[in-house]
Amino acid sequence: MVAEAHNSGSATDNSQADRDAELIARVLAGERELFHELVRPYEKSVYFAAFSVLQNEQDAEDAAQDTVLKALKNLHNFRAESKFSTWLISIAINEGRSRLRHARILEFESVDQSSEEEDGDFVPAVISDWREVPLQALERKELRELLQRAISSLPEIYREVLLLRDVEEVNIADTAEALGVTTGVVKTRLLRARLMMQKILAPQLASKRNGLFGLFKGKAGGSWF
Amino acid sequence: MVLNCKHVWKEISSYIEGDVSPELRDAIEEHLAHCRHCAAVLDSTRNILYLIADDRTFELPVGYSDRLHARLQQEITEEGL
Repeated sequence: MVAEAHNSGSATDNSQADRDAELIARVLAGERELFHELVRPYEKSVYFAAFSVLQNEQDAEDAAQDTVLKALKNLHNFRAESKFSTWLISIAINEGRSRLRHARILEFESVDQSSEEEDGDFVPAVISDWREVPLQALERKELRELLQRAISSLPEIYREVLLLRDVEEVNIADTAEALGVTTGVVKTRLLRARLMMQKILAPQLASKRNGLFGLFKGKAGGSWF
Repeated sequence: MVLNCKHVWKEISSYIEGDVSPELRDAIEEHLAHCRHCAAVLDSTRNILYLIADDRTFELPVGYSDRLHARLQQEITEEGL
């Protein structure tokens, strides 16, 4: 399940941290080429952290490149109390936000932030039953686009936590550190983000059973629903 | 502990995380056993999270890694000059 996937492997985390610590020490000692190996496991997370803010492939790629170069230049400032991956992601988030500010297109989504601690209404789409959409349905571009559009439609603060936690599977503590907020704020945002996604997508996915997706019934592997 | 639907919705994210007390988890599951609407909300939310976590949903731009490391290499080379 999702939670199981998220929570796996503190032993893996430790060996990754040891590997990172060794590479960092060697890069700082002059083996600069090793920085390639240091960042390689995290380059995807860096891209999606930037993408969660910028929402544009080219901008996110540019920001990801600048993130990695900044990390190289500032590696001597990295403190081992953070994970290297979390540090990189926080640079990517800040790089993305900085680009938005410079482009003067930062929308006032802080309105959502001011009310996020309140209970508010967490109202999902109430449906009477749900028939699972199997992963193989993702072969269909239409479904991928539906999911991407739903995430794009979320306010930035919810998009960020959803992409970090549910797409990149960064744990809650590291997500909080990367975003500069508390774990409580991450949990509140996650709840809202997940219910927003359900509210947007569940009715559409259910209705497509007999529409768009229904066109593919009978193909190899059987019906999607 | 008896929960209504709104209580369950409010805890659904933590429940998915496995981040609820055993008492609360039991109460949620008791509610879900009798409320098909909330069971459908949970199932659909969980299903949607599986779908967005799949590598096919969000793909890196083609050549992203190559371009990233080429730029990094350029920086490292210039540092050494």
